Amino acid sequence: MQKHIVSAGSLVIVLFALISAPVPVYAESIQLIPTASDQNKSLGEYLSRVGNCMGCHTAKGGVSFSGGKKMYTSFGVFITPNITPDRKTGIGHWSKEDFWGALHRGESPDGRMLYPSFPYTEYTKVTRKDTDAIFDYLMSLEPVSKDNPSDKIFFPYNLKPLLYFWRKLYFKEGVFNPDNSKSKEWNRGAYLVQGLGHCSACHSSRNFLGASQEEKFIGKKMTGVSWYAPSLTSRLEAGSGELEINEITELLTSGITRNAVASGHMATVIRQSLQFVLPEDIRAIAIYLKSIGKENSDVASAESFPVLSKNIRSRLAQGGKLYTKYCEDCHQSSGRGIPGIYPSLAGSRSVTMASPLNTILSVMKGGFPPNTTGNPRPYGMPPFQQIFHDEEMALVVSYIRNAWGNHSSLVTEIDIERSRNGGRD
Amino acid sequence: MKYFYLIISFFISNLVNASGSLSVTVPDTMEERVKACTICHSNKDRVGRDAYYPRIAGKPAGYLFNQMRNFRDGRRYYQPMAILLENMSDEYILEIARYFSSLQLPYPPPENIGIRPEEIKLADLLIHLGDPGRDIPACKSCHGEALMGIKPFVPGLLGLSHAYISAQFGSWRNGGLMRGQNSNCMSEIAKRLTDEETNAIAKWLAIQTVSGEPSLPGTLAPEFSHRCSNIDSENIHSK
Ligand code: HEC
Ligand code: HEC
Ligand code: HEC
Ligand code: HEC
Ligand code: HEC
Repeated sequence: MQKHIVSAGSLVIVLFALISAPVPVYAESIQLIPTASDQNKSLGEYLSRVGNCMGCHTAKGGVSFSGGKKMYTSFGVFITPNITPDRKTGIGHWSKEDFWGALHRGESPDGRMLYPSFPYTEYTKVTRKDTDAIFDYLMSLEPVSKDNPSDKIFFPYNLKPLLYFWRKLYFKEGVFNPDNSKSKEWNRGAYLVQGLGHCSACHSSRNFLGASQEEKFIGKKMTGVSWYAPSLTSRLEAGSGELEINEITELLTSGITRNAVASGHMATVIRQSLQFVLPEDIRAIAIYLKSIGKENSDVASAESFPVLSKNIRSRLAQGGKLYTKYCEDCHQSSGRGIPGIYPSLAGSRSVTMASPLNTILSVMKGGFPPNTTGNPRPYGMPPFQQIFHDEEMALVVSYIRNAWGNHSSLVTEIDIERSRNGGRD
Repeated sequence: MKYFYLIISFFISNLVNASGSLSVTVPDTMEERVKACTICHSNKDRVGRDAYYPRIAGKPAGYLFNQMRNFRDGRRYYQPMAILLENMSDEYILEIARYFSSLQLPYPPPENIGIRPEEIKLADLLIHLGDPGRDIPACKSCHGEALMGIKPFVPGLLGLSHAYISAQFGSWRNGGLMRGQNSNCMSEIAKRLTDEETNAIAKWLAIQTVSGEPSLPGTLAPEFSHRCSNIDSENIHSK
C-alpha cells in the first residue's frame, strides 16, 4: 500500500516536471533557419518545404517539381508547370530577377500575368533573400524534361482582361512589415503564416477568381473541392486563442492531438510541408496563430433550438442507434474517442462548426490522419458512403452534432447530396 | 473502513468516467489500425454489391504494395481507396501490405453461376496451355501451378468474384481509368484476349474451390520474370 502511494506520488511529480519543464528558448535563433552560414541551397530547400512548392508542382506519382498536378477550382482546371531547371520545359532559362517577378509580382518573364491559383498573392511577402535561396535550390535540382498539358480555364475566366481587372482589385504587391510592438517570435510567425505558409490561400474567403480577403482568415469553402477550410480566428472554428502553444505545434506537425485531428487538405499540407518545419519556426507560427485567435470574440451562434420537437428527438434517437452500431467501437459511447488515436467528437469544433461539410465528408469518405514522424502508423476511419443511405447519413451526422452536449444545426439529406461530389480529388 | 473503500471506489469510478476513455485500451495491432480497410475487404457479407470487393488477404505482399501505391499515385483508379491512402508513406503501405499478405482467412465458397461446357473448355485451354500463336502464355506459368500466385508480385486468381475479374479485364482491354492506364505484361496479355475468352475465364475462375498458397519466389520462369520486369523493378525489393 505504502509503496503504491509513493509510486503514485512520484508519478505526479514526474508529470508536473513534464508539464512545467521550461519551454526551450528560441529567441536568439529567430534569424531562423539552420546555420544560415553555409549553403543558400539548403536554406532554399527548407524554405521550399515551408512554401510547399513540391506539393503543388508534382503530379501524383510524378517526379518532384516537374509539375503536371491538376488543381480543380471553380474557375477551371489548372495544371501546375514544371519548375525544374530544364531549359526548354522548366525554368532553367530564368534569372533570379525573373523568379522574383513570379513570386513577388505574379508575372512570368514573358510578361504573362499568372493566375492566383499560384499563391503569389501570399508569396509576395517573402523577402528577396528567401526567394533567392529558393531559386538557388531549384537550380541545383536535376533538370526534368516534361511538357505539361495546358490549363483548362472556363469562360469567362480565361479572358486576360478579367485577370487584369482582378489583379487591380485584389492583388497588392507587398513586403512583410514587422510589428515592432510584438516579439521577434511573433513577427517570424506572422511572416511565415502570411507569406510562404500561404495559409490564407485556403483559410480565407475568396472572390470569384480566388482572391483572398487579405489577412482576414474568415474561412472558406474551398474552391472546386468541398472541404471547408475553417476560420483561423474564430473560437467556434479553428481559432487557436484558447489552445496551449504545445497543442498547436503538435497538431501542425504530427496531425493529431488529444483534442483534434487534421483531415482532408489540411492532412495533406501537414504531410507535405508543416511536419518538416523547424521547431522554432513552428513555435513562432503557433504564437502568431494564438494571438490572432484571441482577437476574435465570437459567442456561440445565436441559432436557437427551441424545445426539440418529438419528431426531432426521435430522429436523433435513430441517429444514436446507428452511432452505437457503427461508430461506438472507436469513438466510444461517451463520444470522447481515444486520445491521439480516435478523435473525440464530443466538444469537437470540427464537428459542431456551423458548416457540417467536413463532418459529412469524414463520415462519407473516412480517412487516415497524415503519416508524420510524430504519428507514423495512424489508425484509420472507415468510409461509410457504401453503407449508409443519405437519410441514415443525415441521421448519424445530426446525432453527433447534438449528442454529449454538442449543439449545432441538424443535417438534411440535401446537405448530404450536396457534399457527395466534393471531397478529395 | 467500509465507507472509506466505498468513497474511494466512487472516486475512482468517477475519475474513469470523467476521462471517458481511461478504461478502454485500443489494441496496438495492425488489425485495429486497418479497420478502415476491412470494412470492405473482409470475408463477411460478401453478397450483392459487396461481391465486387476483391480479396486481399494472403496475396503476395509485393503485389499488394504495388497496388496500394498505384491507387495512391493515380495509376489505378478507385476514389474511396485513393482518399484513404492519400497521406500514407511507402513505409506504412509496406507494413499494411505485409499484414494482409500474412492473413490466413477462410476462402469463400465457389460462386454459384452457370457456365456452359464450351466456356469451360475455352478457359481450361488458356489457363493451362495458353495460345502460343498469339503470344499468350498459359495463365498458370505466371500465376502459379495452383493459380494462387507467385511471390512476391504475381497475385493469385482464385477467390475473386466474377464481377471483379471481368471488370479488371474490361479496364485493361479498353484502356479504362481503373487499371488500363498502366501498361505491363498483364495488360498486354489482356489486350490479346477476346471478350468471349475473358468472359469464360472470369466465370471459370470464380467457380473454383480455393486451396493452396502462393508459390515461393524464384518459381517464376526467367522468361516471364523478364517479361514483367517493369512491375518487378518498382517492387518491394527495391525498398
Ligand atoms: C497551391 C499550389 C501551388 C503552390 C503551393 C506553389 N505553386 Fe507555383 N504555380 C502554381 C500554379 C497553378 C502555377 C501556374 C499559374 C498560371 O499558369 O498562371 C504556378 C506557377 C509557378 C511559376 C511560374 C512558372 C512558369 O512557367 O510561368 C513558378 C516559378 C512557381 N510557380 C514557383 C513556385 C514556388 C517556388 C513555390 C513554393 C514557394 C510554388 N510555386 C508553390 C501552383 C502552386
Ligand atoms: C490547401 C488548403 C490549406 C492550406 C494551404 C492550409 N490549410 Fe489549414 N485547413 C484546411 C482545411 C480544408 C481544414 C479543415 C480540415 C481539418 O479540420 O483538418 C484545415 C484545418 C486547419 C486547422 C484546424 C485543424 C483541426 O482539425 O482542428 C488549423 C489549425 C489549420 N488548418 C491551420 C493552418 C495553417 C497554420 C496553415 C498555413 C501554415 C494552413 N492551415 C494551411 C486547408 C488548408
Ligand atoms: C475503426 C475506427 C472508427 C470507426 C468505426 C469510426 N471512426 Fe470516425 N474516425 C476514426 C479516425 C481514426 C478518425 C481520424 C480520421 C482522419 O483524420 O481522417 C476519425 C474521424 C472522424 C470524424 C472527424 C473528426 C474531426 O475532428 O475532424 C468524424 C466526424 C467521425 N470520425 C465520425 C464517425 C462516425 C459518425 C462513425 C460511425 C458512422 C465513425 N466515425 C466510425 C475512427 C473511426
Ligand atoms: C469502400 C470499400 C473499400 C475500402 C474501404 C478499401 N478498399 Fe481496397 N478495394 C476496393 C475495391 C472495390 C477494389 C477494386 C478496385 C478496382 O476495381 O480496381 C479494391 C482493391 C484493392 C486492392 C487491389 C486488390 C487486387 O487484387 O488487385 C488492394 C491491395 C486494396 N484494395 C487494399 C486496400 C487497403 C489496404 C485498404 C485500407 C487502407 C482498402 N483497400 C480499403 C474497395 C475498398
Ligand atoms: C507473363 C506473366 C503473366 C501471365 C502469362 C498472366 N498473367 Fe495475369 N498477372 C500477371 C501479373 C504480373 C499481374 C499483376 C499486375 C499488376 O501488378 O498490376 C497479373 C494480374 C492478373 C489479374 C488481376 C488480379 C487481381 O487480384 O486484381 C488477373 C485477373 C489476371 N492476372 C488474370 C490472368 C489470366 C486469366 C491469365 C491467362 C490468360 C493471366 N493472368 C496470365 C502476370 C501474368
